[in-house]
Amino acid sequence: MSGFLSSSIGRKISMSLSAIFLMVFLLQHFVINFTSVFSEDLFNSISHFMGNNILIQFVMQPILILGVIFHFVMGFVLEIKNRNSRAVGYAEYDGSANSSWMSRNMIISGAAILAFIGLHFYDFWIPEITTKYIEGDTSGMINGNFRYYEELVHKFQPLWRVVLYCLSFILLSLHLLHGFASAFQSLGVPSMRNKIIKTIGNIYAIGIPLGFIFIALYHFAIH
Amino acid sequence: MNLTLKIWRQKSSKDKGGFVEYKIADISEHMSFLEMMDVLNEELITKGEEPVVFDHDCREGICGSCSMFINGEAHGPDRGVTTCQLHMRKFKDGDKITIEPFRAKAFPVIKDLMVDRSSFDRIQQAGGFISVNTSGNTTDANAILIPKEDADLAMDAATCIGCGACVATCKNSSAMLFVGAKVSQYALLPQGKVEGKERVKNMVAQMDLEGFGNCTNTGACEVECPKGISLDNIARMNRNYVGSIFGS
Repeated sequence: MSGFLSSSIGRKISMSLSAIFLMVFLLQHFVINFTSVFSEDLFNSISHFMGNNILIQFVMQPILILGVIFHFVMGFVLEIKNRNSRAVGYAEYDGSANSSWMSRNMIISGAAILAFIGLHFYDFWIPEITTKYIEGDTSGMINGNFRYYEELVHKFQPLWRVVLYCLSFILLSLHLLHGFASAFQSLGVPSMRNKIIKTIGNIYAIGIPLGFIFIALYHFAIH
Repeated sequence: MNLTLKIWRQKSSKDKGGFVEYKIADISEHMSFLEMMDVLNEELITKGEEPVVFDHDCREGICGSCSMFINGEAHGPDRGVTTCQLHMRKFKDGDKITIEPFRAKAFPVIKDLMVDRSSFDRIQQAGGFISVNTSGNTTDANAILIPKEDADLAMDAATCIGCGACVATCKNSSAMLFVGAKVSQYALLPQGKVEGKERVKNMVAQMDLEGFGNCTNTGACEVECPKGISLDNIARMNRNYVGSIFGS
């Protein structure tokens, strides 16, 4: 296995598998968050279940965190290797003549997403872990009501945070517009010109980030 | 047409190198790019200066020797052509043309615009062949029926001339289009399938050893390839590689 991961194709494939895992997670994250738009109770119930289920908390959550760390670390490792593969750069290089901006700048959109995940952890994950596992309050309640919906709404009140979230989701969209089909191509499915995969990829890459932007704007606007 | 050429000059692999500008006049739009370079070199020789060194051989898009990076693109602004097939009508009178060698750690500059692409030869030697017993008992290849689709795909892959434009244009200096084509041309045929697993493992290992970068599926290689080698060959190589590692 170590030999596989040290080969160029092995690394590509491991990046693809972690990417697909993260895309599945992102989809379920979106579905759960979207419930907050039409049902406060449903959002609270799901959030409480997700936050207290042993399997999710102690099996799925560590796997997710490892998946995120692996994807970013491997991404940076490959970027460094790729840069070292051309010791002397071109004086003139017209990348736009033969490839998309998204495909050439995955490291930039990826680094921006990493910064966003840092903010997202600071906003939601660290307070949640502190409340449950340091303060020992697993009730999910505050003043007799579930706290999850209120916490979500509270975070989307400052304009700067809403703008930052929206910008991050635009960069996420750019990352996914190339990353979706690219992940399948690396796994051996000829995807870069496959209309079905490209269409599903475009719907996913635009639809999910747009949905997250809608949720942020919705709570900013109505509260 | 009158042109200004900004050309990379480098005395040897150890020299630092740098750009030198040359003015060139009365270039016909019907000339090939290499003929224009010949005119420049004639002028340099007449003036007692050292001509610009560049690779060339067949001058009809078959050998894959001519390896120039012109105005930011491998083999210049045209599509589906090598530099020898690029015509000066693609440029305008008064243009300034930047000409660089193919850049990659695995393609070190030998002199001026000439680079060492023997890394491709070593990848081929690692597995780009089939082992045939030639002692007189070989089966006629035509006796083995091959689906037309497989034969066509194998032939498409085999049209790769190993020019290195894929490496030169890839932002990662990846050689996966070249290796994918060389793996595919055998993997699709019954004669090649016998050693398929070892072939893909050995060729990928040699590719990594040579210091090429990783493919990130930008597709630039496919666009710049003078023979239109498809990205599907990279996907096939990836599948074969996984099969060679985890398959029975």
